[in-house]
Amino acid sequence: MSDPGRQGRFGEYGGGYVPESLVAACREVEEAFREAWVDPGFRGSLARLLAVHIGRPTPLTPVRRLSAELGINLLLKREDLAHTGSHKINNVTGQALLASRMGKTRLIAETGAGQHGVATATVAALLGLKATVFMGERDIERQALNVFRMRMLGAEVIPVGTGSRTLKDATSQAMRHWVGATEDSYYCVGSVIGPHPYPWMVRTFQRVIGDEARGQCASELSTGVPDYVVACVGGGSNAAGTFAGFVDTSARLVGVEAEGGAGAALGRAGVLHGARSLFLQDGHGQIVEAHSVAAGLDYPGVGPEHAYLRDLGRARYVTVTDDEAISALVRLARTEGIVPAIESAHAVAWVIRAAGAGELPSGATVLLTLSGRGDKDVSTLKEQL
Amino acid sequence: MTLETRLRDRRDAGRKLLMPYVTGGITPTWVDYLRAFADAGADAIEVGLPFSDPTLDGVTIQQATDAALARGATARDILGDISGLEHDVPLVASTYYNLVVHDGPERFCAALRDAGVTGLIVPDLPLDEAGDLEDAAASAGIDLVLLASPATPQPRLDEIARRSRGFIYAVSLMGTTGERSVVAESATTLASRIKRSTERPVMVGFGISTPEHAVEAARSADGVIVGAAVMRRVLDGAIPHDVGADLARMRRALDQERDRR
Repeated sequence: MSDPGRQGRFGEYGGGYVPESLVAACREVEEAFREAWVDPGFRGSLARLLAVHIGRPTPLTPVRRLSAELGINLLLKREDLAHTGSHKINNVTGQALLASRMGKTRLIAETGAGQHGVATATVAALLGLKATVFMGERDIERQALNVFRMRMLGAEVIPVGTGSRTLKDATSQAMRHWVGATEDSYYCVGSVIGPHPYPWMVRTFQRVIGDEARGQCASELSTGVPDYVVACVGGGSNAAGTFAGFVDTSARLVGVEAEGGAGAALGRAGVLHGARSLFLQDGHGQIVEAHSVAAGLDYPGVGPEHAYLRDLGRARYVTVTDDEAISALVRLARTEGIVPAIESAHAVAWVIRAAGAGELPSGATVLLTLSGRGDKDVSTLKEQL
Repeated sequence: MTLETRLRDRRDAGRKLLMPYVTGGITPTWVDYLRAFADAGADAIEVGLPFSDPTLDGVTIQQATDAALARGATARDILGDISGLEHDVPLVASTYYNLVVHDGPERFCAALRDAGVTGLIVPDLPLDEAGDLEDAAASAGIDLVLLASPATPQPRLDEIARRSRGFIYAVSLMGTTGERSVVAESATTLASRIKRSTERPVMVGFGISTPEHAVEAARSADGVIVGAAVMRRVLDGAIPHDVGADLARMRRALDQERDRR
């Protein structure tokens, strides 16, 4: 998981499939990021914000009761304890600092579950930037709490009523909006998707998850590294950040997708939202709408680096149903007192299933990134339970 | 005859070029729009092959795309519809790159050629990613049209002008497709910059909504592309004859402007 070069390639995936009108803007972001990343001043400001504002490092929590029930040793990387309740803030803090450095005055973002939108609204407020967040109408209904949070933080939330009315169309609309606003606005992409340099840059900002966890595992585990590293995958940013810390170890990497949004497990090569990657498509090349109870996983594709890791066989991608995720959520809540986001519960669900099926050997050490907390999902859960 | 030869000949004869757009498969009898456009004096016709996620299109073309897809329109059927047509106007397909990747560039271009299409526009395929499709299009005798935008710096603009075939698509403004009340100032600037760089025809598109717009944009370019304004009428239920009449007014305005000068 290294620098994908000027063309932003991960094997055959990645690249910059954007309208000519956005080529200059993407280049500007890449130049600025390359420059900032080697500037100790920028890195220092980022590290300080992550510590004093976001609350990093997040803890590594051994889960004793669930581990005993499953016959494994499960450790949770607690991104749910980061400020605003998910890992999304790691990336946004980096990109918003970059936007300020570039002299941009407004952040544009897309959001699914609303966690990236809330993070964007939060850091925009902190740094004195304006924020415009595009969100599908269907997600606005099921994540009303996050919509309220964004507006309270001063962000403008624009409903997207086209297509699936979820993350895919919110992303399309954010890109359309950016075409007309590149002068003063910065597009703060929320996952490891989009044109170069976004998949690489977002993974780099999220790498803090994997790097911290690597260090924490080194002191917590006698073996130093876990046998398995597991994370949920929508676009795949928390997984990419986690995997980046372990890709050079013996740990097996597992990305868990929603059954109805399994770009990596079930998709085929295509181009959407600026990158060549794996997408769910019909027999004519039309993108198929994803369907998941988890708004943050309701995306028909996956970031290009995940597509590459899949092809290499370095990571494997598995799927979990809505029902499995919800029952895993409840089980974690009742055994450990932790209510995860429905997205994160997908990763928990796979671990439960794999341990039960003997796929995870008895006594295996499993690091699982708990990408967010479940407060936002309470109304969905009320309907489902 | 290639698309480019055809457009150059007409341009060199002093004519301003007019290229209307229609979303393929928008109605069961959508090819009637092609006939009406040809009768109205179109120099080429752009046929959209609908894609589920048209990220460079504004509301009108999005709606047209959704309507065509909801009818079950597919690229294969649309190409089938036009392959049997008798017409003397070059057809230019436009679509997003995913449909090309889906078939593979060679197969995709061969299908266009077999349907009698001579040009191709792919708005989410910038110069840097265009290599594969440029080769496949050239082998199939399809002119791959590249787009230039007001944000394109000069050296890159020169390369676009050099590598584009058919014509250069000058995107009039920083924004998506759709009707606008005025022609953006950036349209004139961009068209003039491209004209200084190449002998190839330069067509201005995005936001050209009225005969007055067409005349204004064509002053610095060789012609105009009219998409959303046409599709707005189609979506509102205008029959081919009426949309053709609109286009004929645009044609007359362009011709009168030429005669006046």
